[in-house]
Amino acid sequence: MKLKSWKEIPIGGIIIDAGNSQENKTGSWSDKQPQINTEKCTKCYRCISACPEKAIKKDKAGNVVIDHDHCKGCGICAQVCPSKAIKM
Amino acid sequence: MDAKFVALTGAGAAAEAMKQINPEVVPVYPITPQTPIVEYFAKMIADGKVDSEMVRVESEHSAMSATIGAQAAGVRAMTASSSAGLALMFEVLGVASGLRLPILMNIANRALSAPINIHCDHSDSMGVRDMGWIQIYSENAQEVYDHNFLALKLAEKVMLPAMVMQDGFITSHAMENVELTSDEKIQEFIGEYQPENPLLNVDKPVTVGALQLTDYYFETKRQQIEAMKTADEIYGDLASQLSDITGRSYPKLETYGLEDAETAVLTMSSTAGTAQAIAKKLQERKKMKVGVIKVRLFLPFPQKELQEVVKDLKSLAVLDRAVSFGSTAPLAKEVKNALFDAKERPQIQSYVFGLGGREIYEKDIAKVYNTLVKGDISQEVKYIGLRE
Repeated sequence: MKLKSWKEIPIGGIIIDAGNSQENKTGSWSDKQPQINTEKCTKCYRCISACPEKAIKKDKAGNVVIDHDHCKGCGICAQVCPSKAIKM
Repeated sequence: MDAKFVALTGAGAAAEAMKQINPEVVPVYPITPQTPIVEYFAKMIADGKVDSEMVRVESEHSAMSATIGAQAAGVRAMTASSSAGLALMFEVLGVASGLRLPILMNIANRALSAPINIHCDHSDSMGVRDMGWIQIYSENAQEVYDHNFLALKLAEKVMLPAMVMQDGFITSHAMENVELTSDEKIQEFIGEYQPENPLLNVDKPVTVGALQLTDYYFETKRQQIEAMKTADEIYGDLASQLSDITGRSYPKLETYGLEDAETAVLTMSSTAGTAQAIAKKLQERKKMKVGVIKVRLFLPFPQKELQEVVKDLKSLAVLDRAVSFGSTAPLAKEVKNALFDAKERPQIQSYVFGLGGREIYEKDIAKVYNTLVKGDISQEVKYIGLRE
């Protein structure tokens, strides 16, 4: 992403456009990333609703997929998983 | 003429100006000698003369934080403080300027602790001079009143917060004759506040106060630098607009008797009046070629204007009511910095006076003029009214 000059950005660090949390890849902030054991996963999707970053999605087949570009590695998904299918 | 003269203290003049500005929100915390400003204002609210929402907070840090919140929401918000109160605001002063919120704050200058002291010096506002606020210093109650409108207009034009200073007790508690301008004329001058991106505009949602790290923080600071430059450029126009209404003028640097002067005293606030009184006597009675330069706009500092007004002077005494421990006093530092590149400049003597409210008299300033006329100028700072 090409960074803008001081003349091109909104005054006072204000964010005017919605949706920029998608642009900023915050995955590199994480210490540990979650790994899903698809054999243990029962597709209950508790991890999806628990993720504070909306970084867990399901694919067309209904499998749980981690968005590693935006996961900050908080580990909540691993804590809420009833099947212990997520390891950090 | 709709001129109306009333007897007001500097604090009363600040409250009167606040009433006419009619800010939506005024979060305040009392501290001597600023307290009468918000006391007068609280009475105005109680009497139904102004409809501002006063928020009684638990500290000055909270006062400034609540002011920032209100202003970011999209309304005019004001507060006032002094000394330790201003020092406690330090962190959030940078939030106000960094978020580009044109908050207006009245300051009654008071010494900082320790030793604990309630009287006037400028160490409080000088201590926060790099926090990105416009700073205007007032000589008397009339200037306090007028400067509030000028500072507000300037602040809103460039989206920077501004503080209007008056000398604690000397100005804040002394009763003077103040000419008030009609509400209509003041409203016409200040206009309606129209923030670009108010937080409460649900049709155009924005995020205020987001993180900026190594990627954008520097660019945002560069914008603040530019805003100060713009403030310097547009100040003159706004000052003459206000001047058209009040009949008084507001140059960045006010000069007295400089036409024939070879020696001048440069200072701020109430002491500029004392200097002017003695300069007049020395000119008339002793035919001395002396003058006075009063700095009204301290930040952004009027470098070009200073170079112009001092070019024919032989010597200049800079009188600071604050110190910079281990360095040159703040006003002298600005003056020397502004004149370093000037082709013609006077010899400069730095003086520190009046710390903790120590009195300064006409005779003290007469001594300064005599010392400079004799050519007794050194690179070492000299002190006025200090027991050696």
